[in-house]
Amino acid sequence: MQNLLLGIPISTVVFLIPLLPFLGACFNGLVALMCRSGKAPVPKPLVTLVAVMMPVLAFALTVWLFFFAKDPATGFTTPPLWNWIAVDDFIAGISFKIDRLSLVMGLIITGVGSLIHIYSTGYMSHDAGYARYFTFLNLFLFAMLILVFAGNLPLMFVGWEGVGMCSYFLIGFWFEDPQKASAGKKAFIVNRVGDFGFLLAMFLIYKTLSQKGLTPGLGFLSFDTLERFRGDLFLVATPICLLLFVGAMGKSAQIPLYVWLPDAMAGPTPVSALIHAATMVTAGVYMIARLHFLYTLSPVAMEFVATIGVSTALFAALIAVVQSDIKKVLAYSTVSQLGFMFYAVGVGSFSAGIFHLMTHAFFKACLFLGSGSVIHGLHGEQNVWKMGGLKSKMPITAWTFGLSVLAIAGMFPFAGFFSKDAILFHGYVLGPRVLWVMGFLTAGLTAFYMTRVFALTFLGQPRDHHLHDHAHESPFSMTFALIVLAILAVVGGWVGVPESLHGNDLFFRWFAPLFPYQEFYEKIEHAGRGTELTLSFVTLLWAFHCALLAFVLYSQKLNIAKNLALKCPRVHQLLENKFYVDEIYQTLIVNPLGWVSDKVLWKFTDQKVIDSLFVEGTAQTMSLAGRTLSLLQSGAVQMYAILFAIGGLLLIAYFVL
Amino acid sequence: MQLAFFYFFSGLSILSALFVIFFRNTLSAAIALVVTLFGVACLFGLLEAHFLAAMQVLVYAGAVMVLFLFVIMLMNLGREELLKIKLAFLGIIGVITGVCLAILLVTRFMGLSAPLLSLDLGVEYGTVKSVGKLLFGEYLIPFELTSILLLVAIIGAITLARKPQS
Amino acid sequence: MILLSHYIVVSAILFSIGVIGVLCRRNALVIFMSVEIMLNAANLAFIAFAREHGGMEGQTIAFFVMALAAAEVAVGLGIIMAVFKKQGTIDLAKINFLKG
Repeated sequence: MQNLLLGIPISTVVFLIPLLPFLGACFNGLVALMCRSGKAPVPKPLVTLVAVMMPVLAFALTVWLFFFAKDPATGFTTPPLWNWIAVDDFIAGISFKIDRLSLVMGLIITGVGSLIHIYSTGYMSHDAGYARYFTFLNLFLFAMLILVFAGNLPLMFVGWEGVGMCSYFLIGFWFEDPQKASAGKKAFIVNRVGDFGFLLAMFLIYKTLSQKGLTPGLGFLSFDTLERFRGDLFLVATPICLLLFVGAMGKSAQIPLYVWLPDAMAGPTPVSALIHAATMVTAGVYMIARLHFLYTLSPVAMEFVATIGVSTALFAALIAVVQSDIKKVLAYSTVSQLGFMFYAVGVGSFSAGIFHLMTHAFFKACLFLGSGSVIHGLHGEQNVWKMGGLKSKMPITAWTFGLSVLAIAGMFPFAGFFSKDAILFHGYVLGPRVLWVMGFLTAGLTAFYMTRVFALTFLGQPRDHHLHDHAHESPFSMTFALIVLAILAVVGGWVGVPESLHGNDLFFRWFAPLFPYQEFYEKIEHAGRGTELTLSFVTLLWAFHCALLAFVLYSQKLNIAKNLALKCPRVHQLLENKFYVDEIYQTLIVNPLGWVSDKVLWKFTDQKVIDSLFVEGTAQTMSLAGRTLSLLQSGAVQMYAILFAIGGLLLIAYFVL
Repeated sequence: MQLAFFYFFSGLSILSALFVIFFRNTLSAAIALVVTLFGVACLFGLLEAHFLAAMQVLVYAGAVMVLFLFVIMLMNLGREELLKIKLAFLGIIGVITGVCLAILLVTRFMGLSAPLLSLDLGVEYGTVKSVGKLLFGEYLIPFELTSILLLVAIIGAITLARKPQS
Repeated sequence: MILLSHYIVVSAILFSIGVIGVLCRRNALVIFMSVEIMLNAANLAFIAFAREHGGMEGQTIAFFVMALAAAEVAVGLGIIMAVFKKQGTIDLAKINFLKG
């Protein structure tokens, strides 16, 4: 065990990991500000160097921490750098929780983050807001790392809000387009709804614990304290977990708060890959895994999480089947895969959830970056019906995209197979059957729509010859990230090969000390390898056939696919319009709110009450009083003297009589 | 004897004070004021304040009144400027206020079971020497400040009185 | 027998006359004279109380009041002169610089 780096204790070194991207953000922010007027050209090589070097350095540090500074399985909490809040017994320090969970997350974030930074240098090379873009991207990494490494809930909330803010900045990156700006606002506002739940949960935890008369060293909301005193939270565990899950719903785009994620595709594609696929949206899953000791107290909350998760998975997958915008498909696919992760943590299989989180980060980032490469090559075209036959023009993109599609579809032996297999197996053993059936259906649908997108984009005949002729492969900076991520999408799952396939189940064994639930392991053990093998075989077969169907339909028999849509127009319409959820929200929530804001809050409260009554009313009262009193200001000195004398007389009378 | 003097001088000063405020002619009012001040000076004398009685005659009846007359002459008020006392509404209110004040104060002090003014006083009481001792001893600083006040008044009067430079 | 209250009553009557003069007359000079009467009334009260008390402090204060009155007359008459030069009148009813 090595606890020093260049003589600096490990508990200090970990703070460098988020600090590096933060420094990058500061530097790029200054550059962006200085070049804002457009007088000075943006020093692109310098910006690129700083922006890319910081995440890479952070990645290197995390790797070092991971491999060479191994600690006891349950990790440790660093002493606080300083106490951020210390009011009475409410203490929140800047302290990090370093354990296997946060380190794995840290690796994903810095690793995938670095790749996406590299990719972005190519993708954004012609954009005027180059420095601004990297400011936000670096800042996002900082916030995300704070979220992941945070040792207590308030600090986690800082990261939680920070990533939400950066997400808002980056979705609305091209804010000149009002539609894109409003997509950013939508994401922000929907996230606020979730954050409200998160805050309430924190209040409830603090209130409950502070009334017990405990004296924790690190504050009531640090994870160590919570784990130690989890017994005291038994009675309120269900509301706490449900409220926290409301936060997770917002951040991780689950029903009913998922609506912002498809719109978030308005941002630059690397942003979609990093924030809205690989890292930020998985924060909810991470949070539940981090607070597993609370969630296991409340079976109700767990079941709720699982139900919402798998419903979202199926719901989003259905929508994804008919979408024609390549990024929208991926967005709904992300929602769906996040549902899978919640399904996993909901049934108690935290490690499977994190496992899928990791593999998903690889292949979904690759898919998004691949779609970005396609969009880049087609000069902004996002409609899959106008693509087709791009394989010959963009071979690297096509191959990497294809490998990732195989991974997400759950084909053996790609990464998605192992993680999805683990989730479905654990869901089958631990959760209700109906949820498993929904998950099973989703697995097939996932394979179907991903193959559909791949077939429509890269296979078949070019449908728009003009676009096709001008298509070109992306520069190396972009394809490099694609290749690395594609390799990871292939091999990423191999760390968790289950024993039923003669693997050693490394990932799960490694996480076992973190999630010490004997009952869980017994149940899994009890189910037996035969069940697992059967299940994975059935799932694989089902997904394979769905994929094959989509492959045939959309690469060769395109007419049948189109006829199918025409034959059942109602279903097609319903799916294409995303079950009209946006419209329903518009009618039920946005419009009434708009009406209340407009008629009651603005026209009545603000204009009538505040403006007319309070603001102008005060002024007019004063003015009236002034005008009335000014009648006394006749300028006749003797009048004043008389008033003065009467006053004096009254005073004397008061004292004398 | 003293009582007779008291009634005479107080009656004199009150009467002439009334003349001051009721004479239409400013000059007559000024002359009446001289009489008032003289009467008050005599009352000072009756109160054994001989130094102040002298000062009253010198400063008030002398210097101040000369200033008043000077100004009256300088203004050379025409006939129409010899203002009539018009008992306008304000005037009536003023009179009522003043009368009320007088009634209030007089009734208050009449009812006072006032001590006699028969205190046995030293020979030095009210002489220049004793007042001077106090002024240059205990009240030196106020006394010096008074000189500054007078200086300021002189400068102020000069500033006000000279012709505005165009 | 002369009582203290005799002097105080005289002082009060003189003061009231002064007040009436200030409030009723419009001639600035007469108003000024009325103010002098009021000051004298106050002086009388001071001296009467000093006599009753047997001390000299009251007389000292009366002395200061006199000095103050002298200063006031000098400045006040200067002001009246200035107003007269500017307005051509010393009728307070016709002077309303202070009208807001």
